[in-house]
Amino acid sequence: MFARELTKKYDGKAVVDAVSFEIPQKSVISLIGPNGAGKSTVMGILSRLIARDGGQVDFEGKDISRWKSKELSKRLAILTQHNNVQMKLTVRELVTFGRFPYSGNHLTEEDRQIVSQAIRYMELEEMEDRFIDELSGGQRQRAYIAMVIAQDTEYILLDEPTNNLDIYHATNMMKIVRRLCDELGKTVILVLHEINYAAFYSDYICAFVDGKIAKFGTVEEVMTKETLSQIYHVDFEIMHIKGKPLSIYY
Amino acid sequence: MLRNHLFTVLLAVLLAVLSVFSLFVGVIDLNLSAIFSGDLEALELLLISRLPRLLAILCTGVGMSVAGLIMQQLCMNKFVSPTTGATISSAQFGILLALLFMPGSTLWGRALFAFTTAVLGTWIFVWFIQRIQFKDVVMVPLVGIMFGNVIGGITNYLAYKYEMTQALSSWLVGHFSLVLRGRYELVYLVVPLVILAFVFANHFNIVGMGKDFSKNLGVPYNLVLFMGLTIAAMITASVVVVVGSISYIGLIVPNVVAMFKGDKIRGTLVDTALFGAVFVLVCDMIGRVVIFPYELPIELIVGILGSLLFIGLLFYRLRHGRKAIRLKPMGSGCATPPTTAGGETI
Repeated sequence: MFARELTKKYDGKAVVDAVSFEIPQKSVISLIGPNGAGKSTVMGILSRLIARDGGQVDFEGKDISRWKSKELSKRLAILTQHNNVQMKLTVRELVTFGRFPYSGNHLTEEDRQIVSQAIRYMELEEMEDRFIDELSGGQRQRAYIAMVIAQDTEYILLDEPTNNLDIYHATNMMKIVRRLCDELGKTVILVLHEINYAAFYSDYICAFVDGKIAKFGTVEEVMTKETLSQIYHVDFEIMHIKGKPLSIYY
Repeated sequence: MLRNHLFTVLLAVLLAVLSVFSLFVGVIDLNLSAIFSGDLEALELLLISRLPRLLAILCTGVGMSVAGLIMQQLCMNKFVSPTTGATISSAQFGILLALLFMPGSTLWGRALFAFTTAVLGTWIFVWFIQRIQFKDVVMVPLVGIMFGNVIGGITNYLAYKYEMTQALSSWLVGHFSLVLRGRYELVYLVVPLVILAFVFANHFNIVGMGKDFSKNLGVPYNLVLFMGLTIAAMITASVVVVVGSISYIGLIVPNVVAMFKGDKIRGTLVDTALFGAVFVLVCDMIGRVVIFPYELPIELIVGILGSLLFIGLLFYRLRHGRKAIRLKPMGSGCATPPTTAGGETI
């Protein structure tokens, strides 16, 4: 997956300004940066949720806008925070929607098995008949991830998956992200606010400032005192814990 | 599995019993032995008046509740319905236009006008609430009621100016007393439209989860949204043209059924349709019995029962926050109070 010269303007102001990068396959890539840096917009453009004003997104040899929406939804899944949480669907019904691009209204036995596997993988068997509006934030987030697993896509894009979760559930979510990559071989791209989660659980970090990429590299390359201070305009110290560069800011 | 279907089967049986019963409620005494003994007058009464009335009632109940269900899902708001979404008043406006511009118009001619205005009115309302993005769920139906009243006001003004009030009154207050063979068949349009709604039930569910959610699954959001609204508006218009305005069914019935069976349309559409038919049938029988041998218009009965239930629902929702109504179906099928009030605020 390549992006070339991506541009997005709101009211004449470029929120994303000629951004180019390549997404390494089968790895976890975190997009970080201050508010308004354009990371969520880039994510939206990559996943065809947001129309771009310029540039290209090359996905498997074809521009993303030329993919049929249904075909693309078998290869790339996007999860944002803008879902209707009042809907009284059971966990199983929600996860089953992940098979919609494949089978539409007519589920096959194989679809049912894939759904069951996804529910088991996310350890939701005990609550598969409960309504999602009765679950806690962490459980509901896991149900959505199970749906994305059932969708069986090579690429998974997550927009702030740890948003609104407490430390326990947010950490669990990051472990799940890691497993999606390590065990299921997915390419996971996520927008994160917590730089230490990005540092500990991802392979690559892409840091945005003012609609441009400030630094895109491995965790070690990006997590330096100088780079982080430049991006966030606060003082940083880097410590190595369990072999990962973690930051302290003050 | 059996428990899920038990509810449906019970509703179907109840509806069948009530339907047969309703055939024999009326000013002229009609009984089974007369029909079987080949009494032509009795047979005629049955075929020209009672049976059409029953079928119109069933179509109305099924149609209005399914239209409400679709609108609630697509607008992601439990309080949107043909009444609170300006669909009914738009359809009435269309009928007035037909009366004004085509004084000799047939039922189908009027229906064409009503379809057009109902669809347009609903689209405008939904476009409006999507642009504004209200934070408070109760604001949406309030805006809808206001919008509906504005259209109703224009309708009334025009009717008054062109001395059409009397002609129009028949469509302002819904009633079944004019349903006779030859002047109600249009309401059958409800049947193919409801079947269409069932076919696209999953699409409506997915769109109801949000724009990003549907795009992720490759479902064209705007297309499905406007197609669904069109179906709901056309169902409403076909009912309004034949029997007139009937409020609250589209609001109350889907909400009550969702309390027990959740929001998966494939799982609730049949129950919603059956329950809607039962509700209208019961209201109609009450209306026919209360001041026998005269009858009260159905709109009056539904209005009284419906508004009480609506207020009840409002209070329930206000007390339990933004969340869906938290009644869980238990083993016995009866409802228990919520175990955790409030809950997470994600």
